[in-house]
Amino acid sequence: MKTCTLFLFLSVTAWSLPPFVIQNATVLTVTKGSFKGSVVVKDGKIVEVGEKVLIPSGAEIVEAAGQYLMPGIIDCHSHIATDSINEGSTSVSSMVGIEDVLDPTDVAIYRALAGGVTTANILHGSANAIGGKCEVIKMRWGKDAQGLRFEGATPGIKFALGENPKRQGMAPSGRSATPPQNLRYPATRMGVEDVIRQAFLEARAYQQDWKNYHARKARGETVLAPRRNLKLEPLVEVLEGKRFVHAHCYRADEILMLLRLAEEFGFRVRTLQHVLEGYKVAKEIAQHGAGASTFSDWWAYKMEALDAIPYNAAVMVRKGVLVSLNSDSAELMRRLNTEAAKTIKYGGLNETEALSLITINPAKQLAIDHRVGSIEPGKDADLVLFDKHPLSSFAKVTRVWIDGELYFDRDKDLSGREQFLLKKKLLLEKEKEKEKQRPPQPKKQNVSRRPI
Amino acid sequence: MRLAYLLALLLTTACQAAGPSLLIRGATIHPVSSPKIENANLLVVDGKIAEIGPKVSPPKGARLIDARGLHVYPGMIDSATEVGLSEISSVRETNDTTELGDFKPQLRTVIAVNADSEHIPVIRANGIVAAITLPQGGVISGQAAFLYLDGWTWEEMAIRRDVAMVLHFPTFGAGPSRFSAETPPSLAEMRRTYENRVKQLQDYLEQARAYQRAKAAPSPEFRPNLAMEAMLPVIEGKLPLLIHASRERSIRDALSWAQKEKVRVILAGVRKPGNTLAEIKAQGIAVILGPTQALPLEEDDAYDEVYSLPGVLYQAGIKFAFGSFGNQFARNLPYQAASAVAFGLPYEEALKSVTLYPAQIWGVDSMMGSLEKGKWANLILTDGDPLEVKTQVKRMFIQGREVELESKHTRLYQRYSGRP
Repeated sequence: MKTCTLFLFLSVTAWSLPPFVIQNATVLTVTKGSFKGSVVVKDGKIVEVGEKVLIPSGAEIVEAAGQYLMPGIIDCHSHIATDSINEGSTSVSSMVGIEDVLDPTDVAIYRALAGGVTTANILHGSANAIGGKCEVIKMRWGKDAQGLRFEGATPGIKFALGENPKRQGMAPSGRSATPPQNLRYPATRMGVEDVIRQAFLEARAYQQDWKNYHARKARGETVLAPRRNLKLEPLVEVLEGKRFVHAHCYRADEILMLLRLAEEFGFRVRTLQHVLEGYKVAKEIAQHGAGASTFSDWWAYKMEALDAIPYNAAVMVRKGVLVSLNSDSAELMRRLNTEAAKTIKYGGLNETEALSLITINPAKQLAIDHRVGSIEPGKDADLVLFDKHPLSSFAKVTRVWIDGELYFDRDKDLSGREQFLLKKKLLLEKEKEKEKQRPPQPKKQNVSRRPI
Repeated sequence: MRLAYLLALLLTTACQAAGPSLLIRGATIHPVSSPKIENANLLVVDGKIAEIGPKVSPPKGARLIDARGLHVYPGMIDSATEVGLSEISSVRETNDTTELGDFKPQLRTVIAVNADSEHIPVIRANGIVAAITLPQGGVISGQAAFLYLDGWTWEEMAIRRDVAMVLHFPTFGAGPSRFSAETPPSLAEMRRTYENRVKQLQDYLEQARAYQRAKAAPSPEFRPNLAMEAMLPVIEGKLPLLIHASRERSIRDALSWAQKEKVRVILAGVRKPGNTLAEIKAQGIAVILGPTQALPLEEDDAYDEVYSLPGVLYQAGIKFAFGSFGNQFARNLPYQAASAVAFGLPYEEALKSVTLYPAQIWGVDSMMGSLEKGKWANLILTDGDPLEVKTQVKRMFIQGREVELESKHTRLYQRYSGRP
């Protein structure tokens, strides 16, 4: 209900804005080629795209000669705008979700906008084999937590394989026989599979309990409903294809393990995240139908990243995998455009293929491609204007729109700085004044520094 | 048999040092120290640049390289890395960057450089021919080395075995992180800690000077001390101190301290110089900038603060070079420079800050850093601007010998793209 009202509210604000036309830009539609022309936006949607367009009456004109317009960038793996991300105390934490800890005041949202990102998949951490629920958001800086949510996006859940989920099961010195403290199962990749399999066996039984209940109820029998299990419910949704699995993974062996386990339980892994050895098993990934969301050139930061290569994305693309590039970092998130350019250098993708990795492909992976990911009539007006070609090292973002609303404007950012600094100075002065008026504190004794 | 092997080895080494003459023909040559020359030739004799011009006739037996459509740039220099000292950052056994203790000037990074590190060919493949490798941790961490990214051993790699003494200037307010359960210390406590740390450093230099005096007039009780010996070139002004100082207070205090102590200084990792720019400029101190591809330090900093910093330093007339301060992303050094161009740094300055300026800062510009007659032929052939991500580095020469651009990454790429 709440979501409904909010959606209405958002739509109303978009409606109240006059239509506008971004003209004379080089338009990189990603799905329908590139050309010099214009894009017409009305009621938060793209209504017309072309070399020549019909300018609606009362439309504002945004002159963009010499600039490049591309669809808003989509980051399929991020942890910004959250208070916390790892419920690491248990190996299966599917009962928790990012929606409860969204933080709309995180400045990383604004910084991501300034790098052209308009949508991101906000994931739980990778501390456990089955992590918490994810949330797709738009970078609607200034809106509240509810206003960030990408309304109607298919819910997701984070899985994690390899070093991270097994870390808490490792004794401090690896194989040593030192008595471990507070260890949490699992400690090996074998254990990670066991945890996931066990969880899905339970979920399947739980699903059956409810099926039985509904069947008996339909027959008019008086039956007690099964006790709700918030840990298993999201996993049942996975089994029923209503919730996407986004699985953090590195090595070829663990990737194959998860694909086969999913096939055994009759669901499809929606995306493999990081998937740095994806190039070794690209064939199997493509056959399973999983998407792959990887880094451009991260490597050697941990043992399981030792065989990572910057050609990973390109090899997987060539072998028929739906690939995106993600950031997993508030910093990298601001320059996914040049990350995409690296796939031209490493593996020879063409410009459109490279741009797809940060636009239409992640949109498909998140099943929001009917709304975002390319510049096409009918899609949300999530648009980014660059001063140079976005695949150039020298490009920077000048303006970003989401749902037709201007959320970032470099000129405004620059011209507002003086006033911002003034405001900050006034606040600091006020604080100093307050400090002066405060009665002198008695000298502190040697008190314990522990929080009370 | 063994003799023949040794002879062959000797011959190879000799060839490596000099190599046959080489003529690169028909390229666009970017000397960096002067404007580019289209359709030009570059002659290499005995590993050094012998001539650059539109018409250069090759000596007999010279190797000819057709470089039509290609560009020639000087090989790039990364002014801060962990090359050879660290393989997998999270695996302790593979790391030799950080020794125990606060003052250990006698430590030499050069002798711990693993010439077979997989990082070396990976970084090299993107046009970087040389790098500074840094010790870390404590206050005085040890001696940085300046290396070619090629060689069978660290001895062959070394351009300068000790190029600077690395110092981490005390940081005001360093204490428990904001995630720590401990309450942060009071301002007065922070000041006390900071001043104590600075005092320790002053005392250490005093000790070194006392040692210097004692050594000059040795009494029977005089005993050599490795740490103090290592400090002598620093207090004699022969070896520069590479001082890590990121914020205004540390920079200001480091500069006034260094001026008083009469030591040579290069600043590293400058992030928030505040009002110290004029002082840095006045003292003629060069700066090694950390990655521009980094987040601003404070929540309320401008979003582009780090991207803009190189342009700000340039405006202030300060000489600087880029360093990646790591291994993993060292190959992205040229893109650090490029990001700064988008936010105010002139393009030519960006290119110089990864070629000529680091050579000048590290005192090797008579040997490298630009394409000029008499300098080592440390150069790359590219299909475009090396600061652009899309550009491919096609070939590389270090001291006139061709260096392979294959790496673990290209080998795995080839192996698995061919998987049936």
